[in-house]
Amino acid sequence: MTTDLQTLPAPDKNTAGAGKPTNHRKPKKVRESRGTLAFSRKQRTKALGKHAILILAGALMIYPLLWMIASSLRPNDLIFRDPGLWLNSLEMSNYTDGWSALTHPFGHYMLNSAIVVIGSILGNLISCSMAAYAFARLQFTGKKLFFGIMLLTIMLPFHVVIVPQYILFSQIGWVNTFWPLIVPKLLATDAFFIFLMVQFIRGIPKDLDEAARIDGAGHPRIFLRVILPLMVPALATTTIFTFIWTWNDFFGALIYLTDPDMFTVPVALRAFVDSQSATSWGSLFAMSIVSLLPVFLVFLFGQRFLIKGIATTGIK
Amino acid sequence: MSAMSELSTLKGRKGPMTAAEKKANGRDNKAAYIFLLPWLVGLVAITVGPMLMSLYLSFTDYNLLQPPEWVGLDNFIRMLGDARLHNSLAVTFTYVFVGVPLQLAVALLIALVLDKGLRGLPFYRSVFYLPSLLGGSVAIAILWKQIFGTTGLVNQALAMFGIQGPGWISDPSTALSSIILLHVWTFGAPMIIFLAGLRQIPVMYYEAAKVDGASTLQQFRKITLPMLSPIIFFNLVLQIIGSFQSFTQAFIVSGGNGGPSDSTMFFTLYLYQKGFGQFDMGYASAMAWFLLVIIGVFTAINFIASKYWVFYDD
Repeated sequence: MTTDLQTLPAPDKNTAGAGKPTNHRKPKKVRESRGTLAFSRKQRTKALGKHAILILAGALMIYPLLWMIASSLRPNDLIFRDPGLWLNSLEMSNYTDGWSALTHPFGHYMLNSAIVVIGSILGNLISCSMAAYAFARLQFTGKKLFFGIMLLTIMLPFHVVIVPQYILFSQIGWVNTFWPLIVPKLLATDAFFIFLMVQFIRGIPKDLDEAARIDGAGHPRIFLRVILPLMVPALATTTIFTFIWTWNDFFGALIYLTDPDMFTVPVALRAFVDSQSATSWGSLFAMSIVSLLPVFLVFLFGQRFLIKGIATTGIK
Repeated sequence: MSAMSELSTLKGRKGPMTAAEKKANGRDNKAAYIFLLPWLVGLVAITVGPMLMSLYLSFTDYNLLQPPEWVGLDNFIRMLGDARLHNSLAVTFTYVFVGVPLQLAVALLIALVLDKGLRGLPFYRSVFYLPSLLGGSVAIAILWKQIFGTTGLVNQALAMFGIQGPGWISDPSTALSSIILLHVWTFGAPMIIFLAGLRQIPVMYYEAAKVDGASTLQQFRKITLPMLSPIIFFNLVLQIIGSFQSFTQAFIVSGGNGGPSDSTMFFTLYLYQKGFGQFDMGYASAMAWFLLVIIGVFTAINFIASKYWVFYDD
């Protein structure tokens, strides 16, 4: 699982600049104004050199992706002969072949993935925001201990719990259902989102809670009416990250979903790799691109939240 | 009052409690535990319970069908003599201790070039960041399998220069390197953290250094590196913990068997094969706890070593 992510054990240290937005806004501004004032030839050549490095490095990074797209639109034999991006014709047959190459049309697996993704997002949003409210705003016995445990679970390798978890879920009869992938999210096991939300709630002025309390609001009301509406950015970050990680999640699906009817996209692709003969790379590429498309779209529209989320918690 | 409350929120409530808070103390217990209920249930049923269970299973022989049979330290003794397990450890260590420093070095380098109000920064940042979102997917692992295949993209490119490249992923001596390269390819996430850190270094330090005639390299060594060291440390801890658990890429690239000749048999892959291939659940649990200890030890070493090289401004 490369999608595992962790956060700093001590949130108060604030090494990644969480919760202090005013601090880094200032120097940035200073620098930008310096940049526009700098006209000297030396600085201009330096900037040019930087652009050259970045364009070269960026092209090298992105080229494999572009080449995969190009190759998915080519006749199969060209994939092993043409390292370029130029297309002489658009071969759509890879997409139509790939779509129906497995037991079910590929859309079936995307639908399965969508169910797991939506369940996971809802689960994380509800359970993590509730826990975060308690940790950020309420005083209770054992708070420090629980908070410490919560931070530790962020770093816990999934493998340590997977065997008993599998035994547990198989005894309930949940193997080959989506429950083992969704229920843990409903129980806030993605603790990094709790941490992310705690950090965010700590930045919301307490006066707002106090005012609501004076008006006679209890905790459920303060949580729903005051805190939740104000923490929409944190909820958005959680939604986007949950989407991407759940969509990409391979290990969990590999273990719990063995029935082709229940396959999510990653395990379906894996079945495709295993079944394919050397001649169908084109359709394999085509379906790989189809599988990356939702992530790419989320990246395109949610980038702002992603980058902010990473910078504040160090989420991968 | 508002400044006071803001201070206490920023400092993680270390200051003395106000009278109102003291009065509220205790009264929140019921509400707090209700809000924490899903998390508490998850903690017991999904995390701590299974953890203790797997600790117990690590001392048993268990195949899912018959009840677990207590075998004492047998699994751990078997691990001592398991050559494939030793190999999988070597593969994982190589991956972690080559891949992580390489990835962080590239991330830092690009972040340094990107810093300082360069035009088009958001665009470059997106381009470099995108791979780290896609890198964990099966689709990219499939792409890697093709790129580094005998007739893959890399060898096609090399052929244009008249070089006959090896079959990178079918050759045991290069297969792991191509997976390490995939890890380096996903440097975008730590790069973003570095960028955020670079922003926080006050410009006046550099200005003062310039007045004193310090070179760019000196500025990097004497200002940037020490000021950034907490963030380098942070990235290092995160990436090491994460990399020890890598699974998908090696699984897909090797077709699930960790080949060729176990050269990409990650510890997690071997654990999966033992637990879910051969249903040797006791042994797999012992391996999982061993992994936990390894990760714990390296994280501890990291924290101890950090006292000697990480510089905290405050």
